[in-house]
Amino acid sequence: MRVVVDFDLCESNAVCMGIAPEVFEVRDDDFLYILDEHPPEELRPKIEEAVRRCPKQAISIAED
Amino acid sequence: MLGTVAIVGGSLGGLTAAETLRSEGFGGRIIVIEAESVTPYDRPPLSKQVLAGDWEPDRIVLPAARPERLAELDLEWKTGHAVGLDLADRMVGLGDGQRVGFDGLILATGATPRVLPGMGDLSGVHVLRTLQDCLVLRAELDASPSRVVVIGAGFIGSEVAATCRARGLSVTLVEALATPLERVLGSALGTVLADLHRDHGVDLRLGVGFAGFETSGEGGDQRVTGVRLSDGSLVPCDVVVVGIGVTPNTGWLAGSGLDLNDGVVVDDRLRAAPGVVAVGDLARWPSARFGGSMRVEHWENAIQSAEHAARTLMVAPESGAGGEAYDPVPWFWSDQYDRKIQLAGTCRPDDAIEIVEGSLDERRFVALFGREDRVVGVLGMNRPRHVMQLRVLVEEGEAWDAGLARARALVS
Repeated sequence: MRVVVDFDLCESNAVCMGIAPEVFEVRDDDFLYILDEHPPEELRPKIEEAVRRCPKQAISIAED
Repeated sequence: MLGTVAIVGGSLGGLTAAETLRSEGFGGRIIVIEAESVTPYDRPPLSKQVLAGDWEPDRIVLPAARPERLAELDLEWKTGHAVGLDLADRMVGLGDGQRVGFDGLILATGATPRVLPGMGDLSGVHVLRTLQDCLVLRAELDASPSRVVVIGAGFIGSEVAATCRARGLSVTLVEALATPLERVLGSALGTVLADLHRDHGVDLRLGVGFAGFETSGEGGDQRVTGVRLSDGSLVPCDVVVVGIGVTPNTGWLAGSGLDLNDGVVVDDRLRAAPGVVAVGDLARWPSARFGGSMRVEHWENAIQSAEHAARTLMVAPESGAGGEAYDPVPWFWSDQYDRKIQLAGTCRPDDAIEIVEGSLDERRFVALFGREDRVVGVLGMNRPRHVMQLRVLVEEGEAWDAGLARARALVS
């Protein structure tokens, strides 16, 4: 699984960071950083939740 | 046995409920009854990107409404207005006389903007709720009106004012209270929002009410030419946007036997009656976390409550047992000019307020709200990371002093 963020859509609402801080981090510059592009499979439910809850629909999951 | 689920309302809440039913393994019929005849769309961009002209409607189609996803969901889609509910026969009546039977029912009819007296069919006066509302208003903004009057400095009104300013239009923003959102944020934070509007060139009229419309033309062909205010002033304009809140769409449920009180009153599992749940703007649930009942009009609550309600139906469609209580920490955001305002939790003007990071002058800060010695809300302006980090204090109901100390340690 690969986490994909469309940074043209992302508005750094940080919802994803609230759900999966292991993978998503909004830093002091207000930009989102992906900490782990290939997170372990056990994080899939959290990442799927982040996909659903992103107000900009900017996150998707690509299968490797 | 849950054979057929009817969902009344096919927007964010209704479609999320449908997705959840399928992802939880429901294989029966799902019938969606939706009043609007357009592909379901996401509403937040209507006051921002779409109104600005930066995005076209095809960009805001809800993910669940894209053709390939809709096919997977296998929904029976009916366009029409629900006009009645018969709980005994388990039927929803539609405006065209059809009756739709169900075993489980999800109520997701949302809310309708409040209007002002005299609006009627007056040309140039708008509300903003639907894509159609947005496109009609946008066409008027494209025609370069001399001035736009926005009535109500709540979130929708403030966003519309910001979008109109970004389009270079002259804007008067009218608010009956002494500061924007005073009844939510209190006057200190309301003042920050007032200054934000003024610094972006908005003619802000605070503490004055709407008194009436000035019009030109005859009969059914009248157009607004100005707005009269309670202080006697007249603001000439070509376009008016009314953003004075919404009313939950419960009219069609009158006489159904459901408990209606500014929304559909549900239990802590979002059940309005056996096998009947309500979601989104419509649902008023009891909150152990915050005390009293809550009804929340945020985007995230539509998703979260719909997921929860769909699971409630799956776990215990008929019985009164089972399922988990719905008691979220609500969260929303509002984008105005170059500022992003976010709130996790709740706040009231009489809450204790403490700025734990940044400052009001910088318009970049995090504020904690406290009530009865507990942290009840975190509000940030251009501080998304910190709002998410501190949301846990609301989730845990942390004591006020301990919460302030933890907050300062977390954001430092």
